Amino acid sequence: MSDLLAARTQMAVSLGFHIIFAEIGIAMPLLMVLAEWRWRRTGDAEYLTLAKRWAKGSAILFAVGAVSGTVLSFELGLLWPKFMQFAGPIIGLPFSLEGFAFFTEAIFLGVYLYGWDRISARAHLVAGVIVAASGAASAVFVVMVNAWMNTPTGVTLVGGVVTQIDPIAGMLNPSTLQQVVHMLIASYAATGLCVAGLHAFMLLKKSSYQFHRRALAIALTLGAPAAILQPLSGDLSARTVAQWQPVKLAALEGQFETERGAPLRIGGWPDVAAHRTRFALEIPYGLSLAAFHDPNAVVKGLDAFDRDLWPPLLPVHVGFQLMVALGTVMALVSLWAAVVALRKRSPSDSRWLLRALAIVTPFGFIATEAGWTVTEVGRQPWVVQGILRTADAVTPMPGLIVPMTLFTLLYLALGAIVIVLISAMVRETA
Amino acid sequence: MSAFFATIGLPEVLAGVIVLALNAYVLMGGADYGGGVWDLLASGPRRDAQRELIATSIAPIWEANHVWLIVVVVMTFTAFPSVYATLATVLHIPLTLLLVGIVLRGSAFVIRSYGKHSTAARRRWGLAFAIASIVSPVLLGMTIGALASGGVAAASARTANGSFVSVYVESWLNVFTVSVGLFALALFAFLAAVYLAVAAQEASLRDDFRRRALAAAVVVFVLAAIALLSARSEAPQIAHGVMGTSWAIVLHLCTAVAAIVALVALWRRQFRTARVAAAAQVSLILWGWAFAQYPFVVPPTLTIDGAAAPRITLDLLSIGLVIGAAILLPSLRYLFRIFARPASLP
Ligand code: HDD
Ligand code: HEM
Ligand code: HEM
Repeated sequence: MSDLLAARTQMAVSLGFHIIFAEIGIAMPLLMVLAEWRWRRTGDAEYLTLAKRWAKGSAILFAVGAVSGTVLSFELGLLWPKFMQFAGPIIGLPFSLEGFAFFTEAIFLGVYLYGWDRISARAHLVAGVIVAASGAASAVFVVMVNAWMNTPTGVTLVGGVVTQIDPIAGMLNPSTLQQVVHMLIASYAATGLCVAGLHAFMLLKKSSYQFHRRALAIALTLGAPAAILQPLSGDLSARTVAQWQPVKLAALEGQFETERGAPLRIGGWPDVAAHRTRFALEIPYGLSLAAFHDPNAVVKGLDAFDRDLWPPLLPVHVGFQLMVALGTVMALVSLWAAVVALRKRSPSDSRWLLRALAIVTPFGFIATEAGWTVTEVGRQPWVVQGILRTADAVTPMPGLIVPMTLFTLLYLALGAIVIVLISAMVRETA
Repeated sequence: MSAFFATIGLPEVLAGVIVLALNAYVLMGGADYGGGVWDLLASGPRRDAQRELIATSIAPIWEANHVWLIVVVVMTFTAFPSVYATLATVLHIPLTLLLVGIVLRGSAFVIRSYGKHSTAARRRWGLAFAIASIVSPVLLGMTIGALASGGVAAASARTANGSFVSVYVESWLNVFTVSVGLFALALFAFLAAVYLAVAAQEASLRDDFRRRALAAAVVVFVLAAIALLSARSEAPQIAHGVMGTSWAIVLHLCTAVAAIVALVALWRRQFRTARVAAAAQVSLILWGWAFAQYPFVVPPTLTIDGAAAPRITLDLLSIGLVIGAAILLPSLRYLFRIFARPASLP
């Protein structure tokens, strides 16, 4: 394994690990606040129990999110010092703002988790709201950074040398809004449906349990609308990619030739040697319509770009198909739950719906990993699109396979321990 | 003195804020590490009570405390990007090990207090927490030692054609850096013992930590002497900066006064005074190092002005800092106030 590949793998492992806990850190506080708020409104003590159980159960996830995030802020420099030297002055601002968001989050998380009997009920609820808001704020700032890597603005280059920078323009680059919205909704959809799925699973075993009925209702209140909105937000992201990163679009759609009225491919396997995507179900004019809202629009294919500017096609194409497939299922199941609820029946009474929800439990997190694969691998060979190549950003330190292996093993072990502890905690409530 | 102030511009102010954030990390996060040391060394009839006190004091605040480190990192790469790149390249190995320590410590700590464990499992996680708490401060001290001694700059100059050891190992693995690492560990343990003595409710537990604080103070003194001695041969520049200049003498006198006040207060069981004095002592040591290498960030090559990011970045960062501080400081005060008093619903 080359040092560059080891560095990329370590980055991918660290981010792929962190993002799960980050999504939970964004959405779980909101669920707890909703439960606590219901308790204050209805006086039903089951809701308070629920908020406390959720808080106790998530404490470990918050901590792992914090330590894995700390690792990332160092790793950016440890693995990509030249990227940071170049980009630090531009993206440092959103990262610094994110730092303050973390601070607020960590402070009020401490207050929320350990302050039940130290502050008034009202102050406690406010602390929860602050945690939820600052978690979302940190996602906004960090995704701004990523959006800038995809569509860098605010840098003036003359002959490859930076002559002028504008950090504010960098923050407000053309991908920021779409990516931030898509990421936030992803967090609520993935976490909401995951929690709903776990409680649905419990209800399938013991349907009369009031506790799980309430938990399911709250988790669906957050997760279902988010999952229904996500394909719309994804469409916006795709159109932004089509406009600003045409190679990435061609890679994720498996579009080899530049084509007017390009078809939308569902599934399939990009065959690089033959320059075509095999076994895909093709919907005529679909891609032109989806990407440019015009059936006769021209979609640039991979052939329009130098071969050395192509990202690795297989992970990007398969990752995209996987995300869309999972997102579609999540949206459909959520619509079903919405229909049940609109008919004034409790989702907890429909065993088929509970089964569907139980199956969907991990989908959001898998879709997230797939989506990030599309974004990050699809940007290769660039770390900053069109400006800095990944190969030029990597540290000169040799033997990177060692830290890569170390962190992979560490995260595998930590992930396994967290899963064991959480499932023990969930089983206790059954 | 006025010549000194004439050199102060926005880059210098931001460098000062970074040292301030590092100072906060050392006083708060450092004490959390020190708590791990006393967890490992818990002994005597009140062993479990000692561990219990350490755990309950750390639990609500450790996440917030360690964000100070993130602030240091983020501000460094924003305001002094080349410094961050240099440090991250040359100190790859100790920083990676530090990260492993941070991950193990944080997760072992919550895992131990999570769910129902057997006593054996609790002890295993406690051990992981304690060992990581010892290793991390030593590594942190070693990286500072490597920076201060000029080793980082020397190694960085060799990146293109030096051997692996001369670029990636030599700068941080030597007698001086190890003594700075151990010194940092002793300081953190000292701070923790003093804080825990204040936090303890019963007199006997309080006395346990008083004795520990006094012992740690002696170790701090011995290690400081060793670090200074080895600095004379291995880091002459810093040795001169710390001992040779006139303002350094003043700073030293203050540090010595703080150390003596801390000791006397501990001896006379005036724990709150001891806490203030101990915090002052540790802060003064940190600032002593910072001033000793002024105006260099990476001595003797990168100066504050030379390494600073473009003006617009510094301006925006300053605005961000002011807004951030306005939110942060009251919140922190609130956090510490809530958990300083015993639990009971108003
Ligand atoms: C719950 C998770 C989830 C679900 C159900 C979906 N996505 Fe997604 N997607 C993400 C989670 C995600 C993500 C992990 O959050 C990404 C990675 C980067 C980003 O901004 O969001 C992402 C990126 C991403 C990108 C690349 C953006 C870029 O590179 O700038 C596109 C084009 C889409 N998505 C499109 C879709 C479509 C059409 C979906 C239809 C169902 C969809 N996503 C569902
Ligand atoms: C929002 C903040 C993020 C930032 C600033 C960021 C930054 C980076 C950087 C600097 C690299 C290395 C250079 C490169 O390969 O382009 C990278 C690679 C990568 N990141 Fe991200 N990333 C972010 C989010 C994520 C997330 C959440 C994931 C989740 C899985 C992810 C997955 C990857 C992968 C798979 C690679 C390797 C790509 C390859 O080399 O083929 N990224 N990222
Ligand atoms: C390169 C990219 C990233 C870096 C450097 C980074 C850094 C960090 C750091 C330092 C923390 C710890 C804060 C604390 O101590 O409380 C953290 C936590 C967090 N990060 Fe990331 N992060 C990255 C990517 C992401 C992404 C892509 C997201 C999400 C959308 C995200 C959202 C969060 C959230 C919500 C938390 C709080 C976690 C919790 O408390 O459970 N981060 N991150």
